Amino acid sequence: MLARLMAMHSRRAWLAFALAALVALVLVPALNLAVPAGWPLRLPDYLVPLLGKFLCYALVALAMDMVWGFTGILSLGHGVFFALGGYAMGMHLMRVMSGEGHYRSQLPDFMVFLNWKELPWFWQGFDQFWLAALVILLLPACAALVFGFFAFRSRIKGVYFSIITQATTFALMLLFFRNETGLGGNNGLTDFKRLLGFSLSTPATKLGLYLTTALVLLLAYLACRYIVTSKLGRLLCAIRDGESRLLFLGYDVLRYKLFVWTFSAFLCGIAGALYVPQVGIINPSELHPAGSIEMAIWVAVGGRGSLVGGLLGAFLVNGAKSWFTVAWPELWLFFLAALFIGTTMFLPRGLAGLKDLLPWARRGDSTEVRR
Amino acid sequence: MHLARPCHLIVLALLAWLILLPSPVAVADSQQLRQAAAGLGGQSRAEVIAAIEDLGRLGDPVALPLLEALQAGKLRLDHEGRPLIVEEGQPSGQDAFTGETVPLGGDLRAPLVNNLVRRSLEPVMARLRIFSPDPGLRLTAARRLAEEPPEAGQAPMLTAALEKESDPAVRQVLGLVVSLADLKSPDKARRLAAIQTLGASGDTNYLERLKPLTQKDPQGQYLEPDPEVRQAARWGMQIIYFHTLPADIAQCLFYGLSLASVLLLASLGLAITFGLMGVINMAHGEMLMLGAYAAYVTQNVFRAWWPGALDWYPLVALPVCFGLPALVGVALERGLIRHLVGRPLETLLCTWGISLLIIQAVRLIFGAQNVEVANPSWLAGGWQVGQGLLLTYNRLAIIGFADLAVLLVWFILNRTPLGLRVRAVTQNRGMASALGVKASRVDMWTFGLGCGIAGLGGLALSQIGNVGPELGQSYIVDCFMTVVLGGVGKLAGTVWGSLGLGVINKVLEPFSGAVLGKIAILVFVILFIQKRPQGIFALKGRLAEG
Repeated sequence: MLARLMAMHSRRAWLAFALAALVALVLVPALNLAVPAGWPLRLPDYLVPLLGKFLCYALVALAMDMVWGFTGILSLGHGVFFALGGYAMGMHLMRVMSGEGHYRSQLPDFMVFLNWKELPWFWQGFDQFWLAALVILLLPACAALVFGFFAFRSRIKGVYFSIITQATTFALMLLFFRNETGLGGNNGLTDFKRLLGFSLSTPATKLGLYLTTALVLLLAYLACRYIVTSKLGRLLCAIRDGESRLLFLGYDVLRYKLFVWTFSAFLCGIAGALYVPQVGIINPSELHPAGSIEMAIWVAVGGRGSLVGGLLGAFLVNGAKSWFTVAWPELWLFFLAALFIGTTMFLPRGLAGLKDLLPWARRGDSTEVRR
Repeated sequence: MHLARPCHLIVLALLAWLILLPSPVAVADSQQLRQAAAGLGGQSRAEVIAAIEDLGRLGDPVALPLLEALQAGKLRLDHEGRPLIVEEGQPSGQDAFTGETVPLGGDLRAPLVNNLVRRSLEPVMARLRIFSPDPGLRLTAARRLAEEPPEAGQAPMLTAALEKESDPAVRQVLGLVVSLADLKSPDKARRLAAIQTLGASGDTNYLERLKPLTQKDPQGQYLEPDPEVRQAARWGMQIIYFHTLPADIAQCLFYGLSLASVLLLASLGLAITFGLMGVINMAHGEMLMLGAYAAYVTQNVFRAWWPGALDWYPLVALPVCFGLPALVGVALERGLIRHLVGRPLETLLCTWGISLLIIQAVRLIFGAQNVEVANPSWLAGGWQVGQGLLLTYNRLAIIGFADLAVLLVWFILNRTPLGLRVRAVTQNRGMASALGVKASRVDMWTFGLGCGIAGLGGLALSQIGNVGPELGQSYIVDCFMTVVLGGVGKLAGTVWGSLGLGVINKVLEPFSGAVLGKIAILVFVILFIQKRPQGIFALKGRLAEG
């Protein structure tokens, strides 16, 4: 057991991990709760859900990194799994506040607005948290399993796979935009009141959600790290670097690809579900193909094939986005474009690649992408 | 018997007919006419309208000049209520009924005329004109009457007109008018006959008239009491639908074909850059958008400097719309894309970045709103082929333009030295280089060509849709689907792919709505590619290895 843990990280890396966990789980709440208001070190309340949002994005980046960085499958459709998890959570939140909406109806507001008389079948049971949780955990994964099975079985690879995932995302976005789909159409689901009995507007609940997200992210990181340092992880990298060779060696590539693809969608769905109560809205714009491509650039900036890189990329790009869209909104897209072009042209291994330039760098980590 | 002489018979028949008719049709008492006309001098508009209706009910075409003068504002009434037609600046007027010249004097009243009065004038005049000796006038009048549902009370007068009518064209329209009036007749047989006539006409305008016969009022009672008539009305509607079917199908195919041409123009460039060169250009949609904006700028330049030649700006826009995106494409190829050879996923992300850059730049220069690119006057309007089938000129032009573009690309690829080199580099890069083809130079020209063709697509799009910074984004998914469906690396595949997608899309639209139709098509393409990853036209042999 201990040996396996030591195989996952060096002693120094474990120390860094413990430090990061300490910062995320102890320091941030302490700065928010214990430091009196007005002190420069105090973390204002509004930043807590923002950090929580970044953590959700980081979870997505982790998921992206597993399929793209390690297995070489560039998905332009991870927004779908994110949105599926988010919508499932949103439906639950809408159901637990039935009777408290603007129209005081048992139905969600948008259904009253559309003059619907009863709940569509797929909304049944969403007032139960356990069912919603089950859907969040299973639906994105199942969707990925089915899609992946057909796509990988017919050996759709590389850019073809990317284009097809993008087309799927586009089709689903059109579908979710329709009012008749029964998921709030254009406006999506919003105006949530409470989750598991806790009011979503109090700072304590927001901090609780942040802590949950941080905990999930740390666990997900460990799980991913466990996978990539295992034999399975080696095989994933082998698929990325030479799928045909692996096939000729007698490995059933389909199974490994399907596993990592489903696992990735599973993480993405959880990220979406944690994202919705913190942001307070889920709408079809999450399904826009541009959003899914942006997820790829988080990983690309941080460094493909390095889990920490992906996390770093998600924080940096989204931090920059938050800052730019307030300071210079019209320049954000230029900055994003520069990230896309600059990373692919000059920094193919992302920021994580820069660490090789450090004097004490240990070369030869085989999980990273080589050119 | 001497009574058997034909002319006597006719006179007898005419007499009998006049007596039997419930209302007088042809010759009204001139006294009655004058009485009704005097009502035009009424103090309120309601009185004027009532007077007009009276004149109409008398059904004597003699009243027509009067009504025409009323419409033209030339009618006056003297102190006795005698209607006079006056011309501006003339010392004398004419009696509206007899036409005799009357010197003007005393106080003349102009009847109160407003829009309401004029509106009531129209159908009355049409009813009188169907007795006019001029068949052209009768036809117009009959058509006018067919537009508005006539009252059941007018049926006898209309029937009389129909029986008198000799011109076949007028007879046909008049028959429909009579049927429309008969729909409200209390006689069941007349209603049934009317339904049959209307159904046989196959004119969709009458659907709205037949529909009430099959409907219920708010109390749940049928508006039409007789079930037999209801059934007949249902059948009549079916027959009309059946009649319009060919035109509907043709219209649907036409729209499908024009959509296919748009798709083809949009994806033809992609078929070159993605299909032949294997470069995933996510900024392809932005080349379309640049082409459309180039058309916009050209139009504005013409508007500012040569407003007289504005109609011909598309001809000048052709090279501009090709040239600008082609230049941008060449620059991209030289600056970025060639450094990413062999790394398709990076190319995808890099070109996506380029597309963001172009979109935001255009947004800053031209604003986020859509800009207006007007059709030149020779593209406005359309060709009415038959009832329910209108081929608009701009769509016809796009279909022709797409064909020309395909021909151009085919010609360049198969009949020019550049095309030969492009094909050589595509098939075996190393061998082509060894034989002296400058492969990197060829890449540059090919990419420029693909982007230029996309720009031409943008010019075409600017003629039928909105031009805005997001124009390209809405096409990029469709373009890739078209190229992948058709089979990468095959021009014919792209042609068939866009044709199939365009026509299926328009055929599905009436059944499922635009959005669901689009989703259905995307799902179909995705499933199709699962089954047949090489597209419709697969490359065979070694080339298929990719």
